[in-house]
This record gives sequence, C-alpha cells and structure tokens, in this order.
Amino acid sequence: MTTDQVSLRRRVKRSLRIQKLRAFLLVAPLLLFVLLSFVGPIIDMLFRSVENQLVGDTLPRTVAILRAEEIDDNWQPGDRLFAALYIDLSIAADVKNHTRVASRLNYEKAGIASLFRSTGRKIRNIGSKEYEKLFVDLDKSWSTLDYWEDLVADLERQAALPVTTTAFRQWQQDHIGRGNDVSKLDPNNAFHVILLAELLASPADVIAGLAPLHRENLSAIMAIRDQFPPIEYRESFLEFSNKWADRDVWTTIKRYSPRLTEGYFLNAVDLKKGNDGVEARPEQERLYIKIFLRTFAMSIIITLTCFILGYPVAYFLAGLPTRYANLFLILVLLPFWTSLLVRTAAWKVLLQEQGVINDTLVFIGLIDHANRLAMINNQTGTIIAMTHILLPFMILPLFSVMKTIPPSFVRAARSLGATPLTAFLRIYFPQSLPGMGAGMVLVFILAIGYYITPELVGGNNGTFISNRIAYHISSSLNWGLGAALATILLAVVVILYWTYDRMVGIDNVKLG
Amino acid sequence: MKGFPAYASTWDKTWHYLFRIICCVVFIFLMFPILVIIPLSFNAGNLFTFTPEMLSLDPEGYSLRHYRNLFESPDWQVAMYNSFRIAPVATLVSVSLGTLAAIGLSQGHMPFKHPIMAILISPMIVPLIISAAGMFFFYSRIGLQGTYFGVVLAHAVLGVPFVIITVTATLSGFDKSLTRASASLGAGPVRTFFKVQMPLILPGVISGALFAFITSFDEVVIVLFVGSAKLKTLPWEMFSGLREQLSPTILAVATVLVSLSVILLTLVELLRRRSQRLRGLSS
Amino acid sequence: MKRLTKLVAVTCSSLLLAGSAWAIDLTVVSWGGAYSASQVKAYHEPYMELNPDVNFIYDESAPEAVPKLRAMNEAGNLTWDLVDSIASDAIRLCDEGLAIEVDIDEMLPPAPDGTPASEDFGDLLVSDCIIPQIVYSTVAAYRTDVPEWEGRVPQDICAMFDLENFPGKRALEKRPINNMEWALLCAGVAKGDVYDVLETEEGQDLAFATLDKIKDETIWWSSAAEPRQQMADNEIKLGSSYNGRWFDLINVDGAPVEILWDAQVFDIDGWVIPVGLTPERQEAVVKFLHFATDTQRLADQAKFISYGPARMSSAPLVGKHETLGIEMGPHLPTDPDNAKNIFVYNFEWWADYRDDLDAKFQAWLAN
Repeated sequence: MTTDQVSLRRRVKRSLRIQKLRAFLLVAPLLLFVLLSFVGPIIDMLFRSVENQLVGDTLPRTVAILRAEEIDDNWQPGDRLFAALYIDLSIAADVKNHTRVASRLNYEKAGIASLFRSTGRKIRNIGSKEYEKLFVDLDKSWSTLDYWEDLVADLERQAALPVTTTAFRQWQQDHIGRGNDVSKLDPNNAFHVILLAELLASPADVIAGLAPLHRENLSAIMAIRDQFPPIEYRESFLEFSNKWADRDVWTTIKRYSPRLTEGYFLNAVDLKKGNDGVEARPEQERLYIKIFLRTFAMSIIITLTCFILGYPVAYFLAGLPTRYANLFLILVLLPFWTSLLVRTAAWKVLLQEQGVINDTLVFIGLIDHANRLAMINNQTGTIIAMTHILLPFMILPLFSVMKTIPPSFVRAARSLGATPLTAFLRIYFPQSLPGMGAGMVLVFILAIGYYITPELVGGNNGTFISNRIAYHISSSLNWGLGAALATILLAVVVILYWTYDRMVGIDNVKLG
Repeated sequence: MKGFPAYASTWDKTWHYLFRIICCVVFIFLMFPILVIIPLSFNAGNLFTFTPEMLSLDPEGYSLRHYRNLFESPDWQVAMYNSFRIAPVATLVSVSLGTLAAIGLSQGHMPFKHPIMAILISPMIVPLIISAAGMFFFYSRIGLQGTYFGVVLAHAVLGVPFVIITVTATLSGFDKSLTRASASLGAGPVRTFFKVQMPLILPGVISGALFAFITSFDEVVIVLFVGSAKLKTLPWEMFSGLREQLSPTILAVATVLVSLSVILLTLVELLRRRSQRLRGLSS
Repeated sequence: MKRLTKLVAVTCSSLLLAGSAWAIDLTVVSWGGAYSASQVKAYHEPYMELNPDVNFIYDESAPEAVPKLRAMNEAGNLTWDLVDSIASDAIRLCDEGLAIEVDIDEMLPPAPDGTPASEDFGDLLVSDCIIPQIVYSTVAAYRTDVPEWEGRVPQDICAMFDLENFPGKRALEKRPINNMEWALLCAGVAKGDVYDVLETEEGQDLAFATLDKIKDETIWWSSAAEPRQQMADNEIKLGSSYNGRWFDLINVDGAPVEILWDAQVFDIDGWVIPVGLTPERQEAVVKFLHFATDTQRLADQAKFISYGPARMSSAPLVGKHETLGIEMGPHLPTDPDNAKNIFVYNFEWWADYRDDLDAKFQAWLAN
C-alpha cells in the first residue's frame, strides 16, 4: 500500500465520520428532547412499581427485630418488639410520617391505617409526661433542644448510648426531610423515656467519658431512677387497640419492609405474599387478571371487526382508478382527522337509550318503547365506538399494500380456470398479508392502551386496564400498584411494537 | 369498471353488487356518526334526537342557541383560548426539532438509525395513560406540572412521531443529486437547505405540522394529568361534559371541530398532491 | 357581641395592613360550577370587600386535588394555598401528611352565643385537618308517576332493593361506599352493627348478595349528574345522588320526583390547608378562614345552593334561595324532618377499607 492510498482511505474515513457526526447532530436535539421529556419520565415512573423505602425508613427498629424473628402460629409480639415500635412510632408521629407508612401498609392489609392513626394520637400517653416532669424538675435544660443537641453530640463522640443518639438523629433528619425547621422544634418527650431505658440497660461506666455537665446531669437522673414509673410497652399498646396482638399486622410489616418489593407486581396479577411464599388471592379479590383478559379479548374483537369491515373497503379502494380512490379515501380520512371526543360523543348520542338509533327502532316499530336496547355503557358500546375510531388505522395500511398488487395476477389465475374465490384466496389474499399484519398489529396496539373511550362509554364491564391505572394514580393513590399495572401493559405494547417493526418496519408507517 | 366481462356469471354479478353494498355500509358506518351530530347541534330543544319539528323541516325546530351558548359561556371560551394557545406552540416545537431530525435520519450515514427511529416514534405507540402518568410525576418534580410550558412540552413530544413520519416520507423520494448540484454550483449548505431542500420537503413539513397540531388540539389524557384547571382545553371541557351531563352545547363544539377537521384534511390533501407533483410522482 | 368586636378587630387590622401595600394572591382550589359560585358569593366577595389587599385566584382542580397535592409535596413546590375537599379526601390528605392539622378553637371564631367552634361543628370534625363548610347527603329519590307501582310509594331505603313492589331501572353510585351499607340495612342488619358486619367476609358476602338482587336492573353512575339526567329522562325510576342535584331537578326543572330522605348519608365538604405554605401565606389563609367559616357566612352559602351549613349555630340564620325565593330550611339534609333517620357514615372505617372493598366491588361488577 502506498502512503497516498493510506491517506486517501483516512480522508474518506474522516469525511464519513464528519457526515455521521453531522447527521447525528441534526437528530440529537430531538432525541434529547424525547428522552428527557418522555422516555425518562416513563422509566422513572416504572421504578415506583418496586420502590418501597417508606416502611423500612420509618420503622427501622421494629423491622430489624421482626426480620430476625420467625413468625409462626405460636409467635407472640414481645415487649422488646413493642419497645422498638414505641421509639419508631413516637418519632414517626411527631414528624407525621406514621399515617403515611400506614397508608402504604393499608393497601396490603385493610385496617392498619386506623390502627396507626389512633395509636399515633395516644402514643404520647406512654409514660412520657411523668418522665418529662421528673427530668425537667431536676434541671430545666432538659426541656431545651440545645441541651439535647449538645448531649447527643457528646454521646456520639464517646460512642455511648447508641439507641438514644440514633433516635434523636433520625427525628432530626425526618423533620428536615419534611421541610420543617429543626431549630424551632421542642424535643420529643419520648426521648426522656428512651434515654432512661438505655441508661438502665447500660453498664454504669457508660457515662464516664462524657463532659462533666452531662455526666452530672445523667448521674442525677440515675439517682432518682426509682421514682420513674416502669413502662409496660406491650400492655400499653394492647390497651390502645387489641389489633396489635394480631399476627397479620406484624407479618404485613415484615413482608413489606424491604426497600424493593415485588408486592405491587404480585398484586397486579392477583397474587400476594403468603406465609409460604407467593399465593393466589381469594376468589372475590381477583380483579386484574380479569381486566387484563377483558382488555385483550375486547381488543381482539375490535381488531377483528376492524379487519372485517376494513378489508373489503381497502380492496374496493385499491381497485378504483387513483382519482376516484382519492375521493373515496376522504371518507376514511375525515373520521381519522375528527376529534376522538367528537366521535365518542356522536356514538353516545346515537346509542343511548333515548338516542337516535333507539328512537328510530321504536318509531318503525321494531322494538317497543319499554324494551329499548342497551347499546352503551357496556362492552357493546366500547366495541362499536372503538371500532369506528380505529378503523382508519386498518384501512390505510391495507390500502397502501393492496395498491401495489398488480391486478394482472388475479386475471391470469382466472384465465387459467380458477374460480373467483380460489383466485382471491390463493393469489390476492396472500399478497395482501403484509398490509393485513400491519393494520391488525397497529389497531391492536392502539386498542389495548385506550383510555378515553372506555371511560366514557365502557360502563360497568367495558372498561380497560388503562382505566384501572388511572384510578390508582388519581384516586386510590396506590401509585406503586398503578405503576406495576402500567409496566405490564407497557411490556405487552413494547413486544407488539417490536413485532410490528419486524413485520413492516417503523420507517414504513404511513399516515394517509 | 364499465360493464362486466363476457365470462362473468350471475354469481359474479350478484357478488359484485353485494360487495359494493357492503362497502357502502362501511362508509356509512364511518361517516354517519359524524354527520348526524351536525343537524342535531341546531336542535332547538335540549334533546339528542330529531324532534318531529326537525323532521318536518319546520324552522321552529332549529336554532343557534347551542352555538350562542358556546360562544357566551366563559368555560368554553377559556377552553377555546387555551386550545389555541397551546396547540400552535407545541406544533412549532415538534416541527422545528422534528424536521431537523428527519433530515438527519434520512442521511445514509446516520449511526443507530433504527433504534433512534424507534424511540422517536414511540410517543405514538405508548398508551397515553402511561405517558400521562410518567409525565405527571416527573413534571411535578421539576415544577412543570400545571404550567403552560409543561403542557406545551408534553404535546410537542406527542406530535414528534407525526412530523418524523411525514417528513421522512417526503425525503425518501428526495433526489440527492439536487443538493450535490446546488453544492457544485457554489451554494453553501445553509443556502442549499433553504433554496433547494426546503421547498421540496415543505409540503411534508406542513402536513406533519397539521398532524402535530390536531394531535395537540385533540389531546385530553395528558392535559388532564399534566395540566390544571387553569389550562383546560376544549377536549378537557368536552371530556368532563361527556362524563357529567351530555349537553347539546357539546354537539355544537363537535360540529365546529368537524369543520376544522375538514379544513385541515383539505389542506393536507392539497399539500400531498403538490408534493407529489414537485417530486415528479404525479398521479 | 364578642363576635362583633372580633370582627371589628379583624377588619381594622386588615384595613391597616391594606395601607401597608401588603397585597397577596391566594390560590383557592374548589369544584367549579354552581358550588364554587356559591362560595364566591358567600365568602370570597364579602371578604375581598373587607380586605382589598387580598386577591383570590380560583382553580377548579378539587377533583384531582389529592394526587396533585401529593405530587407537589413530593416535588417540594406548592402552588396552592387553600383546598376545598370532601371529608374522605381530607382524611387521606391528613394521613399522607399533606394537610396541616388545625386547632379549630384557636383558629376559628366561636358561635354567636359563645359556644366554642369545635362544639359548634360537633361530630362533623371527622379529621384533624378539615374545617367543615357544608353538609350534603347522598340520598335516594324516586319518580312519582310510575304506573307499574300501582300507587305504592317508597317508604324507606329498602324500596331500592325491592323489585317486586318497585320494579324498574335504578341508579346507584359505582363504588362500594353507601351501597354496601344500604344493602346490609335492608338485609336486616341493625344500624349500629353495619360496620362491624361489613368488616367480616360473611358480611361482605351478604351485602353483595343483596346487591345481586338488583344488579341487572341497576345503572351505575360515576358522576352525580348522570342519575339526575336519567331521572329527568324517565330512564330510571329510583336512584341515589346528592341532595342538591335532586333539589335542582325538582325545584328548577319541575320533574315529578320526590326525595326519599330515609337512610340519607351525610357527607362533609370543607377546607384543608396544604402543608408547606410560608408562614405569611398560612397566616393570610387562616385569616380568611376565620371570616369564611363563621356562623353567618356558612348560613349565607345556603342561599345559593341547597347544602346545609356545617355549624349548628348557622341553621336558624338560613334564609330564602337567592333566585328561586324558596325557603331553604326544609330542603336541607340537616332539617329535623329530613334527618329523622339518617345513616351515620363511618369515615375512619372507610379510610381503612376503601381500597380493599373497591377492588372487591369492581370484581363483583365485572362478573
């Protein structure tokens, strides 16, 4: 190879690179735009279907104990567990996080919301008033946040009394997390209970390394330790509500404590976490599989009706001279260009009980006034309206493929003696298959994700999975479940999209 | 289609007519619902059926009151105002970015062409409720939820696939030698773009723009989630109207929107023909 | 007298503030339509007259308030100052830490006779976060011109489940709330036991079995306007909706319809203050609420819409409907004659079981 050849090749390569770069730079702004404002948000939402920090973050001590325990039929919640729950819930109730975690757990077991809510209201009654009084009577500084802050900092330096320090820090962090100004808060009066309990459980020299002021204060507390009423955590909680003895409450907390959960996905397919792994939900709670199947079944029916109605029309249009075909095509394109809501409204007007079709049928005497047909607010209504809305998406691809089929093939078959039916089935139909595939997959993809039309005319049994997703996002606030349902739906759509791409190629999509 | 060939049997003829009848029925199915609301919107009463007065063409049976209602009610006015405020800007964003991208995509040397194309078309394919939910959470986080800008961005994304599809379709028939000729005659790339490429792909760009416009103008799910009551658009108002109480004013709105569709469709059709003529694909 | 001095004090201070160029825009979220209009006339307009420095921005996003507030809170950017909310949503907002807990007596004026606000509102304070405005009720109504009934008139809610004596289509709300309770009452469960029974699986089965009887004859609505329209069109003979809708149907449209007040279920609508307001904004909001939820203002609202004022002390002050000229008292759900047999709705219970039973109800509907 001569140097000239090498440099030529290099230059060609370089110019090619520049061309590539230029092409890419043209695409880059849009790609970035779509990724940032569309793809990113969707992926971000999908993560909500497994995200589950709330339980573990709000009830860390309770969860740690529960994780180590085997909850079987003989298991009883012990005093240690209630003591941990006392710390967790005292902090959570102060920050107002307890009802949030309860709402999360209530999705899994109804009843937890009110249990946490009512306990949160009463938890201050557990010993803390007397404790606080005894503390403050000894030294006023026990009621100020500054003193606590100072003490906790010193304890941290000595690595002493970890329960008290972590509780104090968590309380501060959680308040900051909720946007509260920590410097303006009063110390939670559970801290006195927590501190004394830890002091009593620790060796006497634990305070030896502290600054003299703190050492003095803590020794003073220890000196009057007998005056503090002992705290019966278990009894107090059971007094608030006997639901705290219910094993299911504890297993629910334990099961939904990991930071990532498959729980929402299990819910989305009518399963749940049971004692021995995954189990089916009871018959009357099974809903989503049913709705998924209904969505698929109705989408298939809509696709097939679109095909049955669309195929002859496309065939007819393809057989016309272009000038006439374009004219008739307008009849297909006008609905395509008309607002989806206009068409849904039109079908509502036509199909309702006091609507045009029923009135006409009554008028010509086909049905009597009392037996008007129920054609809307059910599956029939959804199927009719959606077939109408999606029919152009079937006709257009069919038409564009059929246009390219030379009529001479069929004529040749006929002249060789084939009956019209055979000629059609053996010669024409196979050639129209690509258009058919394109139209059917496109209609099916669009159908399974539909929301507006089923919402408006679906009634009781004609709604789709999209409607359920919308319910969870905007009504039940169970965003995790909504996201899980959305993920499943999206996965189906992506698979279909991929199929469509393999069949027709997305660059061959035509609009009119 | 003049007459039947000599070998056609009675069955052939029957089938021929039957087939036409079937097609006719489907065309009626397609057009009837759209056409039927137009006379009903002039109904003098509050009903959704043809009153006896209407059927006997009695002028008493007809009135413009629902149109008056439409143009007098503040709710519908705000909705119209918002729709016309959002759709053009969203269209502008999707067309300007989309056209550039389509030009880039149609160059032979575009790397990762296929996956990029798949991403750009996806807003048309992903179920709207999923897009809406995703945008709702994300736009809330960055403070765009409930803002005019947020709705415009969301609608612009939805319009992108249409622009890409129509513009790449125009470009696929584009004769590359024209740009080379222009370059060889001394024009710079910018000049070539505006003087040679642009006029040729303009019909595709405009019809892409019309698609993007109607997409935004007709969109309701995204606006329900990303928008707010202050940004109510016509479809939002129609959606809540349809869910609440079917008032005849909705039919008046529907008729106005159908007229708009007819205008847009005519424009697209004219553009398509012009484009074909320009590219020498005359039919 | 006490109230008057307080009002004077508030007015004076606000006039002083008005002079100090302390103008503020408050975004108030409500439901739109006739309801918002009644609030504007009864609360906002008089308040703005007294406080020219306050400007209200109205947002009709109340139907989407809960998810939007939660998303705003997650994102840490709040654009609303005051939200109108039904009680069950207020409980949700409170639980999620999205609404501030209010001390009613500290924040609101007492009744004219000095009764503290918390006693004046009484049982309506169903959540720590809600400041009640109105009581409305979900109540049944029936057509008075059904020939098939041969002159029989529905006496109690069980007519809804009695196809033999009261044949014809009926409309119920497409959710378990209220329907399950009515079904149990008519299956013979005592009023006081309804929620205990409904908590058990057998109780739920019993409720569904009762609903099964009328399932084929029932049209399920999701918007309260639907049953009103259907009743007007004679598509249904019996149905449930909000009392205000029935009031309009009977008194504005003049339809041959009567309200069946038996077992009406009270619901509450009130204000909630979102978490995350700056202290100045919160102060402005509280000042407005101090005015807008006093005895007279709540009574004023009933002039424009047929919902009962939430304070007991407001009841004697309710007058005539502004445009119809009808004495509103007897049309309010809280009127003693109408409230002879109310069903007390357990908000706390439904906050627990709403999602659970909703899934079961949807599954039941789908079968």
